[in-house]
Amino acid sequence: MPDETLTMSGEAGTARKHQTTGPGRRTGDAADESQFEPAIGLEVHVELSTESKLFCGCSTAFNAPPNSHTCPVCLGLPGVLPVVNRKAVEFGIRTALALNCEVAGFSKFDRKNYFYPDLPKNYQISQYDLPLASGGHIDVPVDGGGARCVRIKRVHLEEDAGKSVHEGGTITGSSFSLEDYNRTGVPLLEIVSEPDIRSPEEAYAYLSMLRSVLRYLDVSDCKMEEGSLRCDANISVRPKGSFVLGTPIELKNLNSFRAVEKALAYEARRQAEALGAGERIVRETRHWDESRQVTVSMRRKEEADDYRYFPEPDLVPLEIDEGWVDEVRATLPELPGARRERFMRQHGLPAYDAAILTESKDVADYFEAAVAAYGGDAKAVSNWVIGELARLMNATGTDIRDARVAPTALAAMLNMIDDGTISGKIAKTVFEEMFATGKTPDQVVAEKGLVQIADESELARIVDEVVAENSRAADEVRAGKDRAIGFLVGQVMRKTRGRANPQAVNRLLQERLSRD
Amino acid sequence: MELYELAAYELREKIERREVGIEETVRAVLGKIAEVDGAVRAYVTVAREQALAKARAADERLARGEPARLLEGVPIAIKDNMCTRGVETTCASKILKGFVPPYDATVVERLEGAGAIIVGKTNMDEFAMGSSTENSGFFPTRNPWDLGHVPGGSSGGSTAAVAADEAVAALGSDTGGSVRQPAALCGVVGLKPTYGLVSRYGLIAFASSLDQIGPITKDVRDCAMVLGVIAGHDPRDSTSVPRKPCDYLKGLVPDVRGVRIGVPKEYFGEGMAPGVMAATGAALKTLQDMGAILADVSLPHSEYALATYYIVAPAEASSNLARYDGVRYGYRAPGCPDSVTMMTKTRSEGFGSEVKRRIMLGTYTLSAGYYEAYYLKALKVRTLITRDFDRAFEKCDCLVSPTSPTVAFRLGERTDDPLAMYLSDIYTVTANLAGIPGISIPCGFGEDGMPVGLQILGKHYDEATLLRVAYAFEQATDFHRMKPALRATSTSGSASASASAPASASTSTSTSPSASASDCCGRAPAGGERHA
Repeated sequence: MPDETLTMSGEAGTARKHQTTGPGRRTGDAADESQFEPAIGLEVHVELSTESKLFCGCSTAFNAPPNSHTCPVCLGLPGVLPVVNRKAVEFGIRTALALNCEVAGFSKFDRKNYFYPDLPKNYQISQYDLPLASGGHIDVPVDGGGARCVRIKRVHLEEDAGKSVHEGGTITGSSFSLEDYNRTGVPLLEIVSEPDIRSPEEAYAYLSMLRSVLRYLDVSDCKMEEGSLRCDANISVRPKGSFVLGTPIELKNLNSFRAVEKALAYEARRQAEALGAGERIVRETRHWDESRQVTVSMRRKEEADDYRYFPEPDLVPLEIDEGWVDEVRATLPELPGARRERFMRQHGLPAYDAAILTESKDVADYFEAAVAAYGGDAKAVSNWVIGELARLMNATGTDIRDARVAPTALAAMLNMIDDGTISGKIAKTVFEEMFATGKTPDQVVAEKGLVQIADESELARIVDEVVAENSRAADEVRAGKDRAIGFLVGQVMRKTRGRANPQAVNRLLQERLSRD
Repeated sequence: MELYELAAYELREKIERREVGIEETVRAVLGKIAEVDGAVRAYVTVAREQALAKARAADERLARGEPARLLEGVPIAIKDNMCTRGVETTCASKILKGFVPPYDATVVERLEGAGAIIVGKTNMDEFAMGSSTENSGFFPTRNPWDLGHVPGGSSGGSTAAVAADEAVAALGSDTGGSVRQPAALCGVVGLKPTYGLVSRYGLIAFASSLDQIGPITKDVRDCAMVLGVIAGHDPRDSTSVPRKPCDYLKGLVPDVRGVRIGVPKEYFGEGMAPGVMAATGAALKTLQDMGAILADVSLPHSEYALATYYIVAPAEASSNLARYDGVRYGYRAPGCPDSVTMMTKTRSEGFGSEVKRRIMLGTYTLSAGYYEAYYLKALKVRTLITRDFDRAFEKCDCLVSPTSPTVAFRLGERTDDPLAMYLSDIYTVTANLAGIPGISIPCGFGEDGMPVGLQILGKHYDEATLLRVAYAFEQATDFHRMKPALRATSTSGSASASASAPASASTSTSTSPSASASDCCGRAPAGGERHA
């Protein structure tokens, strides 16, 4: 199950336990690592889902034919000038507020200079020393029920680069390169955390939480496989209990949440082993090799690029008044953390259920709609959403927004169970049919003849048949072997194709056999 | 009088009254280009067919009874660093050879919207880096007053074209004096507007925080007219200022009584040619005689201006010019084995030496470890220079100085000494650093009988005062009516330059520059002709 898909079990990283799998566990076994503790910071880039690019009017749509979403501005033709997309700034403010950041009243854009053919101007417009927002934090649920407060160092806006295809693999050895500038100028939000994350599992949980928040805010679709969410990590280890951070290593090429977790686990172990052996950690950037599951040194700090940042003279500073910030604040939705708390309080759900249900806004909305329509026990709704619905969605790769079972239909089905129209067991069959066809439970039950047999005389007749056909089992019951009655109940259920109420069958069997 | 000799406003009147046709006008100017540009070399591209087609369409417009627009039928030249849709735009650089923009610069749109006819693209120092137009990647332009001399730069093609009647007006761009200095050296009017007044969209950037497009014209009235057309907010340029448009023509009154004119002592120091000093002094006297109040002022940080400029401008240029890499447009070095080699070779072969020098300078000053010492400090000095002006403008309405410390020098005279060349801009760079407007108007003749320009600097967005003082001075003098001889002097040492213009040995180099300059009204300089 790729962790980027929009389904619940894949997203349940915040609540799932990871101890049983992955290198995280294996490294935990290493004797020398127990003396060390990692300090992890993540740098996340998300593409904002604005209609148009950050500095021109071109579409940001993914998967268009190469270079069809370009204009003189995003192609960096001579003489053109950038104009800031107000919506992108608004999305930035929105995210900053949700991450409890302070939005800067005065920030500015800077140029980051480097040469690459997919960067048309050979500089990227970014923000350097005065970012859009800073000083935030986010609470990340961790194993064992608590939460890790991860501080957000800064949030800033920048433009994306295009895509290069080098015939022959790398830029230096290629016989030719092809450039697609559709992505050039798409707004990116860079979200940088402090090194507050203490384990690879927490890093995974942080990313899940962050993605959840961004999706609640509707500012990004956060699809790692489409590149709309990218993550670099820095990690250092230090002796447990030490307050001094070690030398950080930067990790690149982390193409999934799982890759982030695995690379960090590998790196934590590598660094702990090195320190344990008395070696020094050298500041460097390392590349995660997915196929070999190792990190490889890319470049040392002294080889680091000099980006020659300076203020972007083509743009005026970004002045954001408090009125605008307040306006944006007023439109913030309830965020996953708050919603999780409310689900526990208001619907009486266990923490586990609340975490899974609230990770995706769509799932949480679905759940609440179903609860409202149902009126009964919210836990029953949760069981169905987390259970059958999630199972079927995962099995078919369906997004909840495309699920054919409406929340009202789920509620109607639960009501049918409650009033005895169908059994809980039959309900699974009914639900599968609803999921596959989009029909209401009434329709499914009627078409398939799945109504529970309410007529006791008909049930009694079938009980008689079963007793007659299974005289040995009947004798055993009569002889006091109570367990044998289960077998007889099962036979009745089989004959009725599950349409009997098991409690009623049990009672009728008891009565029938005690009469003999 | 020939059509090409008229000022824009005179020409427009004739066109409006249907005394002359637009095609006829454009043909007259194209004819003049054909006649003299072999010697002057002001143009890199003459857009003959496009200009004639637009002229015919404009004639038809008028024939249908539509009203004449502000610049109806006026043939205008555009410096080759402003994008013109469908017309090659090169910045006089090999690296942009063959680049045909799919869009017009905002100024081009506005000029054409006002009825102007663009006749061609003018030569310049490559990417506007230079003060003589000798850094053109193609060929140098000659000064029409003496073909052995440079026209100044970097907008030397535009100023030479206007001086030689090869265009009725032109646009230049001014990053450190590139409109005013060549205007001074060619004896025409050149204005650098307040930073933000004219849209930079479509102007190929040299130093974004300093660049500003300005009119180059035969007189001040034309300057006000063209400025009125090109000024104004443009949503495509975030640094263009949303302000109400101003009617610059309305403010043109020949009256400077009571106007307080500051004379900055730092602008009359060492290095100024005696002829320039004399002409400027005479001009100040003229203004005083007309009722202006002169006052000594000081701009104490001026001595750091040139150093500041040569940090800020190359830094921005090093980034602005990074995009010319052969990947998407322009020149691409042939036969390279991979992309990295291709980008490197393209830039090595495509840029000229002055451009490379400035890219190197800028890359250096922006580098880690040097940024604070150079770029950041330069920004601070820039603020101090701006404050100098703010303080000066508390006491006066405008400042007056020479535009350039010398008259036009000879071709080749400074090409081996970049610092000497950089000193040409010593009085002009401050206006760019502070963002204030400045105008250069002809105010006499100096060494070798070459023109001297008077610079008037004003407060932010106070172009009206500059134009008024300039207009009043112009009304009281005749320098703007002088026409160059289009000859080379015997002393120029570049006789080949004058091959297509009759060389004259009659030019007297013994004429006292101060004598010609102090005689401020109507005296033609040696070698010049009066067409008043």
